[in-house]
Amino acid sequence: MQDELLNMDCRQLRDGIASGRVKSVAATEAVFKAIEKYEGAIGAYISTFKKQAISKAEEIDKKIASGETVGELAGVPVAVKDIMCTSFGTTTCASKILESFHAPYNATAVEKLAAADAVIVGKTNMDEFAMGSSTENSGLKQTVNPWDKSRVPGGSSGGSAAAVAGRLCYAALGSDTGGSIRQPASFCGVVGLKPTYGRVSRFGLVAFGSSLDQIGPLTRTVGDCALLLNVIAGHDPADSTSIDEKTAPVCDCLGKLDEPIEGLKIAVVPEFNAGAESGVQKVIAKAIDVYKRLGAEVIEVDMPHLDYAIAAYYVIATAEASSNLARYDGVHYGHRTEEPADYIEVYSKSRAEGFGKEVKRRIMLGTYALSSGYYDAYYLKALKVRNLIRGDFAKVFERCDCIMMPVAPTTAFKIGEKIDDPLAMYLSDVYTIAANLAGIPAISVPCGFDEKKLPIGLQILAPAFGEEKLLRTARIYERETDWHKEKPRISN
Amino acid sequence: MAELDYKVVVGLEIHVHLCTKTKMFCGCALSFGEEANSRVCPVCLGMPGVLPVMNKQALEYAIMVAMALNCEIAEFTKWDRKSYYYPDLPKNYQISQYDLPLSANGFIEIPLEGGKTKRIGIIRAHLEEDAGKNVHSEANFSQVDLNRAGTPLLEIVTCPDMNSASEVRALAVELQRIVRYLGVSEGDMQKGHMRFEPNINLIITKNGAEYKTPIAEVKNLNSFRALERSVEYEVQRQLDEFAETGKTIETGNKTTRGWVDEREVTVLQRKKEEAPDYRYFPEPDLVPVKLTKEWLAEIRGHLCELPINKQIRYVTEYKLSDYDAGVLTAERFTAEFFEQSVAAGGEPKRVCNLLTQTGLKIAKERGCGVCDLGIKAESLSELSKIVESGTVSSSAAVSIFEAMVETGKEPDILAEELNLIQKSDAGELELIVEHVLADNAKAVKDVKIGGKKSKKAHGFLLGQVMQKTRGQANPKVVSEILDKKLG
Repeated sequence: MQDELLNMDCRQLRDGIASGRVKSVAATEAVFKAIEKYEGAIGAYISTFKKQAISKAEEIDKKIASGETVGELAGVPVAVKDIMCTSFGTTTCASKILESFHAPYNATAVEKLAAADAVIVGKTNMDEFAMGSSTENSGLKQTVNPWDKSRVPGGSSGGSAAAVAGRLCYAALGSDTGGSIRQPASFCGVVGLKPTYGRVSRFGLVAFGSSLDQIGPLTRTVGDCALLLNVIAGHDPADSTSIDEKTAPVCDCLGKLDEPIEGLKIAVVPEFNAGAESGVQKVIAKAIDVYKRLGAEVIEVDMPHLDYAIAAYYVIATAEASSNLARYDGVHYGHRTEEPADYIEVYSKSRAEGFGKEVKRRIMLGTYALSSGYYDAYYLKALKVRNLIRGDFAKVFERCDCIMMPVAPTTAFKIGEKIDDPLAMYLSDVYTIAANLAGIPAISVPCGFDEKKLPIGLQILAPAFGEEKLLRTARIYERETDWHKEKPRISN
Repeated sequence: MAELDYKVVVGLEIHVHLCTKTKMFCGCALSFGEEANSRVCPVCLGMPGVLPVMNKQALEYAIMVAMALNCEIAEFTKWDRKSYYYPDLPKNYQISQYDLPLSANGFIEIPLEGGKTKRIGIIRAHLEEDAGKNVHSEANFSQVDLNRAGTPLLEIVTCPDMNSASEVRALAVELQRIVRYLGVSEGDMQKGHMRFEPNINLIITKNGAEYKTPIAEVKNLNSFRALERSVEYEVQRQLDEFAETGKTIETGNKTTRGWVDEREVTVLQRKKEEAPDYRYFPEPDLVPVKLTKEWLAEIRGHLCELPINKQIRYVTEYKLSDYDAGVLTAERFTAEFFEQSVAAGGEPKRVCNLLTQTGLKIAKERGCGVCDLGIKAESLSELSKIVESGTVSSSAAVSIFEAMVETGKEPDILAEELNLIQKSDAGELELIVEHVLADNAKAVKDVKIGGKKSKKAHGFLLGQVMQKTRGQANPKVVSEILDKKLG
């Protein structure tokens, strides 16, 4: 019963709860039982809210029993990355500096989950302030990959991906600045979507790189991904960068999910893909063959500026981060040093004690890039590269519906393998960063395993606000294959 | 000492609080001295995860001022982050405007002595958010009040076109008059609605060579007087310093000096060894603003005739003195009240005298504006007309004005009720004059002799008649009768 309950996807569970066949309380309790059993081994959560979650589940069950209308996610236990503000519990960003921060308000995305009657079970671990690709930079705990506990879950939304893969929730929200949803989704064998920049409100998402950050779902199926996007998408007057409904109306991504796409044209970038491990390359090629077999046309394209994406990204993201993180200074927010010698030390020591190594590295990089005399050479040049990359995408999307490539050059690597080599770590974002720079949506769909039985994700990128077609494209593949049904065997 | 001549050079950096309903980037109401940290929300506190949303009214107010300052308005303007660490700055960066300000290249005409004006260039005017306030205590700690944080602030930078303390003051007063006319700021310096920071130096000519003294920027100026006095003080201080050290702009650093109001001196706050690096970059949380022609036309529709233009027009059109025109145009509503009274048929000079000599005095006593006295412009016009026609004397008009404020009654009715209508009936007045002449033979003799004494005696006789009629005789008519009788 426990396994049967936990193996349902969000839609099956929601429909079961809505029809009265399944109780939300039962599903919520099943999740907490799984957490009790496996969380010690996986380490996906920074905080959980058992009492609150069960009482919300009871409330939903009662509503349904009395025939009241309920929301799109009624009774479904979900998790939220600990970078989104919640008016309950703490919002730590997996940083020592914010370890005891209690936000007085909910992020818009969290508010929308609650309005859809989802049951929020906990807040997931991540790289500190979302800076990293392995969740090893968490200042609070270690998360492991449910498929192999000696390996990383990816990052920065590693806790969300591990929780979804490990059946410690039915779905989770993550945030993606340079691949932080898609890469852990790929490493953990789940579906992860980074929506178009501006599709989901960033209000309440603690900022890392404001022009790149976007909230999105991590789920077990493409359909669940569509469902969650339906819930969280839309204009928010509190976020000036969220797109208004007139410019790009939010469409129902679920309704037409199973409709075929006639004459699908897929772009591939052979030269760029050559950088991936051969095992990854093979699996991706096979996945694209599935589309070919179904009648899609595959077109080889050239995207000359993708090679500069990482360099541009690490200038723009760190520059914005250096400013976004300035408020954690012991005076306004965050940890304050015990006995400062003077007023300057309140700042310098608080920050030195509170931030981890990678965060400090990025603050230094970003501060340098914005400094007088360097601005033009770094920041301004990076913005120009960003425009060229946007141009590359625009050109490809003139004649293709989507682009397919790996999510990451490798499968999940060993814990500790890259932590002392920041550059190697940065290179694991090589395929995901461009979508953030261009602001376009991209998804990771499970598409097989390497020889070590580690999951691999197929990345599909689509034009801005093309989520509906993107999800349909992903669903075509999912329907033809069974990869998404595989699940890790977790030992204690 | 060698032959020495000098020229004062002053440019101003000005900050004006805009009196919008809410703060620049959040929904908090502006603060007017409420309890500390009571007008705040997650956004103006800069909490993790919050985002700013631009206040459209603030932008429109800022553009109105920029238009009044004859600036070019940008078609495309954007926001930037200015980074510095300070306790009163919640995010440790201020949202401001850097390379694409909303306006630039304007000028302001300032009134000088004798009805002349001078044009002072405006380099730029841009919008930003204000910081909070650090409150220092005697003990070993300071506190921060963030009520002010996020208040819309218009920064105006002038060209160094002012050459005296009085010009600096004139610009400040003129700008205050403009923002009040536009209704975009209360413009109260004491309350910090307007802050002026003059950058002052001298161009000294000595033995035919020219030397520029190091620039001093003066802060902590809370009144027009302090502003003016600080410039005067700096001129003397820089002259003395130059005589003593010979330091010039090339060899000395730019300094920031603070004005100490009690002692009327400036004191050194810091030397600027190098310009601080604010690491400006475009604010990614806000979208750039496109100012369409239609929008700008709509904003322009909210402008009014500028005070300086009114002042000049009053002199040319109504033949008022520059001084009177200045008094009438000091407040927009006084000027409008004046214009309405004139439009209703009042003689401009007469209406002006009634307003400036009586109306403003009563208003001041009551702590309100002339337009708040409950008098209609038509009634004031009526009062000016009965003075003009000689029905009442100008001194009686003062009493009638006061009574109008008290009772709300019309001036003609009050003139009768108060028995202030002048006697202009020549027959009746002739009898009284004859009595007075009979009783004052000496004065009559003096008038007839002529010369200095004659004039004085004439005035004495006139006074006697006025006394006999208890002030109600029309002095013009009496004078005519006197002339005829003594002719």
